[in-house]
Amino acid sequence: MGFVSRAFKGRPHDQPRDARVPPGQYLVRDFPVLSAGPTPRTSLAEWSFSIEGEVDEEKRWTWEELRALPSETVTRDIHCVTKWSKLATTWEGVSVDTLLEGVDTAADYVMAFCDGGYTTNLPLDDLTGGRAWIAFAFDGQPLERQHGGPARLLVPHLYFWKSAKWVRGLRLMQDDSPGFWETYGYHMYGDPWQEQRYSGD
Amino acid sequence: MAGTALQRRLIWRTAEVQDLVDETPRVRSLVLEVPDWPGHVPGQHVDVRLTAEDGYQAQRSYSIASSPTGERVTLTVERLEDGEVSPYLAAELRVGDRLELRGPVGGYFVWDVSLGGPLLLVAGGSGICPLMAMLRLRHAAGSAVPTRLLYSSRSLEDVIYRDELDRMAADGTGLEVIHTLTRSVPQAWAGLHRRIDAAMLSAAAWPPADQPLSFICGPTPLVESAAESLVHLGHEPTRIKTERFGPTGG
Amino acid sequence: MTEQALRLDGNAAAGLLREVFVHELTDARGACAGCGAVGAMGAQHLYMSPRSPGAVLRCSACESVLMVVVHAGGRFRLGLQGLMWLEMRDAAATT
Repeated sequence: MGFVSRAFKGRPHDQPRDARVPPGQYLVRDFPVLSAGPTPRTSLAEWSFSIEGEVDEEKRWTWEELRALPSETVTRDIHCVTKWSKLATTWEGVSVDTLLEGVDTAADYVMAFCDGGYTTNLPLDDLTGGRAWIAFAFDGQPLERQHGGPARLLVPHLYFWKSAKWVRGLRLMQDDSPGFWETYGYHMYGDPWQEQRYSGD
Repeated sequence: MAGTALQRRLIWRTAEVQDLVDETPRVRSLVLEVPDWPGHVPGQHVDVRLTAEDGYQAQRSYSIASSPTGERVTLTVERLEDGEVSPYLAAELRVGDRLELRGPVGGYFVWDVSLGGPLLLVAGGSGICPLMAMLRLRHAAGSAVPTRLLYSSRSLEDVIYRDELDRMAADGTGLEVIHTLTRSVPQAWAGLHRRIDAAMLSAAAWPPADQPLSFICGPTPLVESAAESLVHLGHEPTRIKTERFGPTGG
Repeated sequence: MTEQALRLDGNAAAGLLREVFVHELTDARGACAGCGAVGAMGAQHLYMSPRSPGAVLRCSACESVLMVVVHAGGRFRLGLQGLMWLEMRDAAATT
């Protein structure tokens, strides 16, 4: 056993014998704010969301158009690759299934792209079947800028770096390609239940 | 001259707590014995790492508060309400305990007597720590570099190193200490009673023509606005060094 | 917490960088591959926290990414594409 600091406990990080907490994670009560860059400040008037790339026809929504689509409120657990998990977080957003309706594509992968340049890649399949949303509210309030507002991608079944903040669109691609953190060693897929944190895991 | 030493990769060292000094109700200094300590330049910091029995680790950075002329390394820690590391260091740690640290590091926010002055030091709360290392070296070296310290604290009892600063300011070497209190003031307080702002900096700063070196350390909003004010007053941005605290999580 | 509070000075990454490089990088000068601005690494904008996946150093002039350091999974991975060049003083030089 290596060095141990006498009597140091750290933040509560018991791994409850709870089927809802993936391996290696600890529960938090706050909502940590993490960022790879300055908080973007796009106004709602300038904002748009698009589906582009390997599609027959590109689609695009303004903020008003997005908000006019049917939305739903969901409660999910979220898991960050840096080991914190937060249970029962409540979000409101438009299901990505709704946005993909009528989109004709042979592509299997997606690169989510955002204001500020952040990107993350996912299989198209993981954005469907009621597993992903473009979320604009958290805990009943409009999504704060520091947490990705006006809208972020929400894909709770994967590590939370895949739930891209300040999302502006999805680029459909034939082949998988690494986004920001994936380029710097994080796992291409990121399943918390298999502890897929880093490439090679 | 003997062979030139090449720098090595930095490693974690184990320091031993020699002494603990309560500076204010919330702040404690840790006096550490660090084996093979290579010495440091004022302004440098160390990364401290704590490990729990189950292997959980937490790491934070702390500025070295002592002068490099001393034998021990002093870190001064403010106990943050919701902190994870600071309550352990500022309240739990005992003399004889061991602490893992890595350093000294940092080459940007540093001052040595050879860099001269005049110096403008601006501190918010525990931002005084790296600046205190600079002042302690200045004192130990018998330097008369004209220096002004503008130091913002919540109340008089929160002023860290108060007596030592009073003594240094009275020793005739050209150090001026200007305190400002932002929350409560004692009866008959004749000093400043508000947050550091552009007017206060304008009054405290050296004329830009004197080409001062400025070091600003503290919470991010204070650091950003002070740096901006100094630039507006005409100071050369490359001669303004900042060390923001940011939300390290305590 | 204000958004501006999330940003540190590059100097705060000194320890992390010294685990990889023998030179003190915060004192090094670099040129941004995005806008060409030259400055001390310690003065650039650092986005790093104990709970974030890695450290991102951005150009204080144009905010493009200069360097990324990920220390995870038993490895250090460095992204250096954002720097056109990096320059350190040779402390041993006599000329």
